[in-house]
Parts: sequence; structure tokens; C-alpha cells
Amino acid sequence: MITYEWLYLLAGAAFAIWAALSAKDGRWGNAAFWALLAVSFVFGSQLSDLANGVLALALVAIAAFGGLKRSDPPTTSPEERRTHAARLGNRLFLPALVVPLTAVAGTLLYNYTTFGQTGLFEARRETLILFGIGVLAALAGAMAWLRPPLMAPAEEGRRLIDSIGWAAILPQMLAALGAVFAIAGVGDIIGGIARGVIPEGSVFLTVVVFAAGMALFTMIMGNAFAAFPVMATAIGIPLLIQTYGGNPAVIGAVGMLAGFCGTLLTPMAANFNIVPAALLELKNQNAVIRQQVGTAVPLWAVNVLIIYVAGFMLWN
Amino acid sequence: MNYWPLAGIAIVILGFALRFNPLLVVVSAALATGVLAGLDLLAVIEALGKAFNDNRYISITWIILPVIGLLERYGLQQRARALIEGMRGATMGKLLVAYLAFRQLASALGMKDIGGHAQAVRPLVAPMAEAAAIKTHGDLDAAARDEVKAMAAATDNVGLFFGEDIFFAIASILLIQGVFESAGYPLTPLELSVWAIPTALFAFAIHSWRVLAFDRRLGRASE
Repeated sequence: MITYEWLYLLAGAAFAIWAALSAKDGRWGNAAFWALLAVSFVFGSQLSDLANGVLALALVAIAAFGGLKRSDPPTTSPEERRTHAARLGNRLFLPALVVPLTAVAGTLLYNYTTFGQTGLFEARRETLILFGIGVLAALAGAMAWLRPPLMAPAEEGRRLIDSIGWAAILPQMLAALGAVFAIAGVGDIIGGIARGVIPEGSVFLTVVVFAAGMALFTMIMGNAFAAFPVMATAIGIPLLIQTYGGNPAVIGAVGMLAGFCGTLLTPMAANFNIVPAALLELKNQNAVIRQQVGTAVPLWAVNVLIIYVAGFMLWN
Repeated sequence: MNYWPLAGIAIVILGFALRFNPLLVVVSAALATGVLAGLDLLAVIEALGKAFNDNRYISITWIILPVIGLLERYGLQQRARALIEGMRGATMGKLLVAYLAFRQLASALGMKDIGGHAQAVRPLVAPMAEAAAIKTHGDLDAAARDEVKAMAAATDNVGLFFGEDIFFAIASILLIQGVFESAGYPLTPLELSVWAIPTALFAFAIHSWRVLAFDRRLGRASE
């Protein structure tokens, strides 16, 4: 059975190669960072929690002291790229499409045909595993077709991962922060505060506090998944549903979407907001969030109205 | 109640506002939160290490970078731009509205892995949007180019967030179902996911309007 451990080895190998190339390039900070990450991916399951914790702290130390720099491995010039693009045409898009198509088509086949009964993949892990298979297939196909120098994909990959830099592990680190918040009971405290500010007897204002709590707590945690159980058990279920008799399906579904509006507004949702700014080499780290404010704020207000209208006025 | 663990949230907000390295901010917040909740420092480091290790799957997606980098070496971005330049009537506004619709529909059908920042926005959508904007408005300065690219990324996010919940077999719908079921309100995923449709329509309307207004604003600025 193919499990996540296989993917960890694959990613560990990629990080190890990037570490070696960085060392060869004399970029010791980069080499140390990617080497530590390679250790985490290859040996993380064998290491103790404390060793993994120290490893995470070491990664942060390298990043915080400016150890990670952009790199500039040899590549093609803009003119060469234009010439290649004109010669290769739209076929260039095919390898890029192989990856999502493998992930999506494979997931559908695995879940809705007898293919799933083979038990080839770890349960509920098939999409990411198929993504990994798609990457290998696309890479093999592109290598056979384009015949670049052997190390070209590794060097081009290093250019991209170095341009992302520390942001590459920020989403993973934020998930770890979420776990510590959960252990420390931050959710319960926030739920208690939110309950405390609600004026009694007003359905509309209770909806507003519920939706605002979803958005704000999502902004703090970086994703709505952490906020939803807290706000649903603090306000959504006891007040909106049990006291005021609202429609549970609307309150649940649209409450979650009010949280998604918060996701658009926070640097804590790093993989959606900070990583693309790095990937696109934007000057301002918050440039993506800025473009989202004008959509997120009115859409949040719309969600409040949907909960109020569909969940209460039309329901009762 | 002990409110001290909230200091971690304050550290996060201050740290981001003062532009410290975000990794440093996040780890400091984690350590402070744990210690202020009464755990000893070693236990907090262990909890952090365990959670960091358990969440490695989040960082796996970077293995796609060699594929994207290799294709870029052979002119993937240039090809994406040329495709738009050859299209009559293509504008940045129309392109991003079309991508928004595509991303929402694909996500609503459970295909949320089509699209995304590393695999679609950087190599395809952003260069296409940039090429379309330059085609209609003439050359743009660096700040305007950044705004166009950021809007391409924003469009990908909006399309994903307000499409995926229409598909019933998705983690967030299952989470809602789980929370409500344990509180005594059994709902089917489908009962929940239909209620993602009104917000999805408003998201499309609001964001499309903004993208088109942004395109017009770029046009006025370049005159």
C-alpha cells in the first residue's frame, strides 16, 4: 500500500538535492535550511517529538537570521525562451496539465470504480499520492520530450524554492501553531468572549457576532476549520439554533463561508496569501490580501444577510 | 478564566504588523501561548515538534516545482503570454472573470486541484493577465504589473473558496456535519452544500465587478 511515508521520502529527496546544489553554490544558509527539512521529511517519523521540535526551531533560526537567499542557477535567456515557446507551441501546456488531471481523474476513478477496492493507496490519502504520481509522470514525460541537461529540473526547482524561501514552510508551521493553540485552550477562551459581547434578544445582532467571530477567529488561526467548532458550539448551536430556532443547515454552511471571507484577509493563511506573493515575486508581501479586501468585506456582509434571511425570516 | 494564552494572538498581530520574520513570529507565539497556559517549555517544544511533523503533508506540494521550472526554462510563461496576445478582444478583466467562473465550477464539481498558485497562477494565469493588460493599456509600470499579478492570485483564491463547498464531499462540509451531528442535529452533506450556492453566486458577481473595475482603472491610469 502506498502511504504518505512514500511521499515524504520523495519530498525529502527533493529537499536533499536542493541542499546539495546550494552547498555546491556556496549558499550555506540555504544548504542548511533545505538539509534540515530533508532530515525532517526522511527521518521525521523516527525522531522523537523533542527532536522534531528542536529541528523546527533550528529552521526558524536560520530563516530569522536571514540565512536564506535567492539563488540564480544557470538557465535560458528570455530570447531563448521565446524561441523555444514559438517552436514548441501549446504542447508546452500538456506536462503542466498532467499533474492536476492525474490527481483529479485518479481520485474519481479510485472512489467510484472497482479500482478503489485494490487498496493501493492509504485510505483518504489518494489525492495527494496521485498528485505525487502525476508530478513524476509529468517530469519523466517532459525530460523525454525536451531532453534538457540532466540536472535542469533540480536547478530550476531550486530557483523557485529559493524565491519562495522561508514562506515554503510557513503553512506547515502555522498548522503546528494551531495545534499548540488547541492544547492551550485558546478556542474556549475566544468562544467565551464572543458569547459575552452578544446583546440579549436580538437575532440579527447575534448573527452579526457569530459571523464576525467566524471571520476574526479565522483571521487569527489562518483557516476557518479551527474557528468553526469554536463559534458553532459557543454561539451557532446554543443561541442561533436552540434559542432563536434558526435553520441549522444555513447557519452551518454560510457560517463557514463567513469564515472563508476572513481567510482572504489574513497573512496567517500563508499558503493562499503569502506564498503566492513570494511565487509571483511581488514587492509587497501583502499585495494579494490588498486585492482581496474589496471582495471579502462585502461578501461577508452578504453572508450575514443570507443567514438572517434564509436562516430565520424564510425558515420560521 | 485564564486569559493569558491570548498573549500568543497579540504576539502574532504585533509581529506581523512590525514585519518580523513570520516564522519567528509564529514560533514565538506558539511557545508563549503554551507556557502561559501552564505547560513547561520542553512540553511545548515537544507539542510543536509533533504537530510540525504530523503536518508535513502540507509542504509536499513543492515537489511540483521542478516540473514548473523545467517548463518555464522552455518558455511556458512566454507561450501563455503569446496565446493571449493572439486572441482578439482578450482583456485582463474578461480573462480573470472567465478564470473565476472556471475555478468556481471546477471546485464545485470536486476538482479543486485544478488551479492553484504554484501550478496555474505563476506559470499561466498571472502571465496571461499581465499580457492582456499590456495589450489593452500599453506598457505598465512595475507597481501596476504587481497589482495585476496579485489580482490573478486573488481570483484563484476567491474561485476556490466559494466553489469548493458546493461539492458535498469536501473536508469543510464534513467538518460542519460532524460538529452539528455531535450536537444532536444530523444533516446530510448535500443539505449543507446547497447553501453554499447563494454565496458562490454573490462571490462571482462581486469579484467579477471588481476585476472589471480594476481593468478600467488601469486603462484610465495609462491614458
